[in-house]
Amino acid sequence: MIPAAFTYHRAASVDDAIEALGQDEDAKVLAGGHSLIPALKLRFARPSVLVDVGRLDDLRYVRDDGDRIAIGALSRHAGLVADAVLRRDCSVVARTAALVGDPQVRHRGTIGGSVAHADPASDLPTVLLALDADLVARGPDGERTIAAASFFTGPFETALAPREVLVEIRVPKVERGVYLKHARRAQDWATVGVAAAVVDGATHVSLASMAPTPIRARAVEEALANGAGAAEAAGHAGEGTDPPSDVTGSAQYRAHLAHVYVRRALEQL
Amino acid sequence: MSILGNRVVRVEDPRFLRGEGRYVENLDLEGALSVTFVRSPLAHARVNAVDPSAAEALPNVRVFTGADVDAHPFGPPPHWHIAAGMERPLVARDVVRFAGDIVALVVSGDRASGLDAAELVWVDYDPLPAALSIEEAVKDEVLLFPEVGSNVANRSGVEDFDDGLFDGCDVVVSGVLVSQRLVAAPLEPRSAAAVVGDDGRLTVWATSQTPHTGKMVVAGLLGLDPGDVRVVSPDVGGGFGAKMVEPEAVLVAWLARTLGRPVRWTETRSENMLGLPHGRGQRLSFALGGTRDGKLLAYRLEVLGDGGAYPALGAYLPNLTALMANGVYAIPKVETRTVSVVTNTTPTTSIRGAGRPEATQALERAIDLFAAETGLDPADVRRANFISTDAFPYLTPTGATYDSGDYEAALDLLLRSAGYDALREEQRRRRAEGSVVELGIGLAAYVEISNPVGEAEFGEVEITEDGGAILRTGSHSHGQGHETTFAMIAAERLGLPVERVVVQRGDTDDVAKGTGTFGSKSTQIGGVAGRVAADAVVERASSLAADYLEASATDVVLDVETGRFHVADVPTPALSWAELASKASADGRLGELRVAHEFQAAPTFPFGCHLAVVEVDTDTGKVELVRHVAVDDAGTLVNPLVAEGQVHGGIAFGVGQALFEEVVYAEDGYPLTGTFVGYGFPSAAELPSYERIEMVTPTPNNPIGVKGIGESGTVGSTPAVHNAVIDALAPHGVRDVDLPCNGENVWKALREAKG
Amino acid sequence: MTNVVLTVNGERREVDVEPRQLLVYLLRDQLGLKGTNVGCDTSSCGACTVLLDGESVKSCTVLALQADGTDVTTIEGLATGDGLHPVQQAFHEQHALQCGFCTPGFVLATVSLLRESPRPSEEEIRHALEGNLCRCTGYHNIVRAVEAAAEAGA
Repeated sequence: MIPAAFTYHRAASVDDAIEALGQDEDAKVLAGGHSLIPALKLRFARPSVLVDVGRLDDLRYVRDDGDRIAIGALSRHAGLVADAVLRRDCSVVARTAALVGDPQVRHRGTIGGSVAHADPASDLPTVLLALDADLVARGPDGERTIAAASFFTGPFETALAPREVLVEIRVPKVERGVYLKHARRAQDWATVGVAAAVVDGATHVSLASMAPTPIRARAVEEALANGAGAAEAAGHAGEGTDPPSDVTGSAQYRAHLAHVYVRRALEQL
Repeated sequence: MSILGNRVVRVEDPRFLRGEGRYVENLDLEGALSVTFVRSPLAHARVNAVDPSAAEALPNVRVFTGADVDAHPFGPPPHWHIAAGMERPLVARDVVRFAGDIVALVVSGDRASGLDAAELVWVDYDPLPAALSIEEAVKDEVLLFPEVGSNVANRSGVEDFDDGLFDGCDVVVSGVLVSQRLVAAPLEPRSAAAVVGDDGRLTVWATSQTPHTGKMVVAGLLGLDPGDVRVVSPDVGGGFGAKMVEPEAVLVAWLARTLGRPVRWTETRSENMLGLPHGRGQRLSFALGGTRDGKLLAYRLEVLGDGGAYPALGAYLPNLTALMANGVYAIPKVETRTVSVVTNTTPTTSIRGAGRPEATQALERAIDLFAAETGLDPADVRRANFISTDAFPYLTPTGATYDSGDYEAALDLLLRSAGYDALREEQRRRRAEGSVVELGIGLAAYVEISNPVGEAEFGEVEITEDGGAILRTGSHSHGQGHETTFAMIAAERLGLPVERVVVQRGDTDDVAKGTGTFGSKSTQIGGVAGRVAADAVVERASSLAADYLEASATDVVLDVETGRFHVADVPTPALSWAELASKASADGRLGELRVAHEFQAAPTFPFGCHLAVVEVDTDTGKVELVRHVAVDDAGTLVNPLVAEGQVHGGIAFGVGQALFEEVVYAEDGYPLTGTFVGYGFPSAAELPSYERIEMVTPTPNNPIGVKGIGESGTVGSTPAVHNAVIDALAPHGVRDVDLPCNGENVWKALREAKG
Repeated sequence: MTNVVLTVNGERREVDVEPRQLLVYLLRDQLGLKGTNVGCDTSSCGACTVLLDGESVKSCTVLALQADGTDVTTIEGLATGDGLHPVQQAFHEQHALQCGFCTPGFVLATVSLLRESPRPSEEEIRHALEGNLCRCTGYHNIVRAVEAAAEAGA
């Protein structure tokens, strides 16, 4: 209920944050806090220093950048739900943000925090994976762009280097996108989540809570590319997956749900 | 005009709405030290050593172990008939028997450093094999108490079953229902605080439903004279039967005495999920037999109950289950047998319904199975077998005497209000269409036992100098609204406005005795005790008024409309309560207007019928409760607004068991459902609005005619929803779904039916 | 220890806090505002809900340091004088509280909801309250209270 002790640094800028992260290898970035603080309270995470980037308002934006939409990493979920540009040009992201946690969580949690936390059961990372989003990180050596497909490397693990800060998420403009979430209760994490989107003419499908990271359902995508219909393609939903077994569902049940929801997502697309 | 029966908004609301609730955690206790409990992470282990040195290296930290705590162990009271030798030491010494068992106490200056220090207490455990399930424990291979020689903590019922029980039955249906282990999950975690005053008296604040019992337990376990102990249970944030008297509060008291300093404790939710006793945990094997045209002839119920690591009330509750085995039905032959075993899990206790939901869950499942087997409508099978209205008081084959009831009227009212025929028609239509989402309709008819042990409760009415009244009650309110409902009861007799009757409860120094609140007994004994005391005060006041009016006592009456005493038929001169009290006070006679009464009555039997409508997505297994209609008859309604609230809460609790909740232990004996994330009881988003239909059949057992309503909603709702889910899946060949009927359990049932 | 300055219920407050101090404990222990309750340790129950810069947040999941420079409203800051805020009044009239422990959280979540959506449907209400748990009321009367408050223009 009460975290183990840590020191706190409020970053005045991204560069200041990068500097602070460099001073202690057990430093962690604090954004909205709604992934990190719960972990601190149960003492699952024990960083020595928190680098708070939460006041960096210049990382809170949604911008039409032509063929991509640029989302500042510190944009809060509630802001994304309401954002006019997103709702018009990539509404699946806005609709998915509305499913994260509950209203109080959405007032504070950020998309960047969610992405950097990389919970394999989380909604936005799964959708970003389907969208082939680009994640922009800034570190001591400057900025680089990491493709979503390379970003999630393990459960709660990302390709971000220890001193890198996620600054922007770039998504394509997508007319057709769906995210379906099966959860026991509205406030719960997805037992299984399925994102489907048509990106540059190809149908992408990704899954939450079916593997140690959000993953693309490549076999489903291949089947679709080869002309399979929704039901047939959905039959491949379990291939390449490694779903966990926990109190919200056994691995077998999850595999079954993935099949059902992939079919439904493709039908709704 | 009587105020009883009116929807009166609660007088206690303002402080809760303003954030001024007097919860124990909010208590200002100058200079209090904090205690943090070190709990075993293992389900069963020998404790070789506890090394406090790393913890005590932190400033202002002191650690106590089982060896230090010289207090008697917690033992269950004799009338629960729990096997001897299974007492619970306040702090485990040589062995820990469940994940959560206390092994050390860490005293610190504040809570944060206590948590830091507790992590540093090093305990040398030798893990032992654990019996985590009742099936495992009943084998008596892994023994929790080797000296006792068995894991059986309590038994009841027949030794051998009667092979001829079902003679004459054309149809016998049978099954097993596991009424899964639940947690109470009151929103307020437990707290306790204690201080020894300058006069040497010990004051303990506790989040308890039973402060007077708490006082006796604290005194008994610490070897104190009860007169030297005061227990205060102020505002408590929900109890549901689980917040009685626990080791933690006694240990806080022990520390306060040992250290000579005030001590306080508030648990975390994770701690609460381990340490607050759990509930249910019964495996019910049932068999129901009758004629092909629907007459029930015999019922057999066998219960295997889970007492948890240190058996107490939870190990006794299967006895109540057996007592209520035949429910609302006139079944000529009923046979029961119960066995409760200890397991290496959190001890179990009463949780909303306490044994009666389990009885109803099994019986109502059996009725639906019987209906399916005979091809009769489930409503008709019930109707044909109800105990008839002219049979009361009705002695059941199990030994309960039902006071009053009209089960058929409840069913009729329910079916009419719910539009049962239209629902079945809708179901037929949807089945013909062949939708993935199936509609299910489930019924449950129930009777339950409130004030189950036929207890007495204390009530005292005192007139104050300004002509108001104080009602001191031995009942405790942790959400039930006694400050309003009991005030209404007394106000009605005294002829005072409700706001002029102040209800006091929870402080053993203020209220001479009490049994607390559980078993839905408080209004029918506590409220009634207040009424009887009020009547006695009115009689004395009439006599006193007669003196002042210079009339004879038998001629003076109280006009309850105006609250004035006058000679019968002679409205003036009259004395108001204020005038009377003022005069009496001046003459030193105000003390005459203070009367205490203990009211005892036999148990009463609330009853009702619930109907649940569910939609089941047969692809995903997910169940949505779309309608819930409830008839709950608990006799006279003192305050229908408050009664409704109790029913709503009861329904939600029961739906939680039906669709969402379960305590699940990992193989290592640590619960997987140890937080509000893992243990998912429903929010408003998972539940519909309810349709409650009023029905009143008074009890002859008390002058108000009131029974208990607090647990009724829970008893009726779980089986209605369970039956609805199975009803939805009947066309798919499903005959049973494990509780809770979550997506996975529904999916498993569909798969098994497909073969 | 670090200095934190924030506005609480309209008053400027200045407190020294440890970095690990949660906002809920700053409010309860250091400012003596005990109306905000702690019901869980996984950000599930919402009993700790307050308004931070006008929006509902779970104060158990906000560090006190993160609240520096913000405007916080707790349950104590809702009622004016002896009267009750319309949402509090609606909860009272609809019997939307029993033990009261979850109530401050629900009241503030409702205030936040009605600011964002003044006439919500029942379904909207239930989803808006999915982050607040109650074990006593079954939610039925809470939903009625929110509807009544919306009707009253709260």
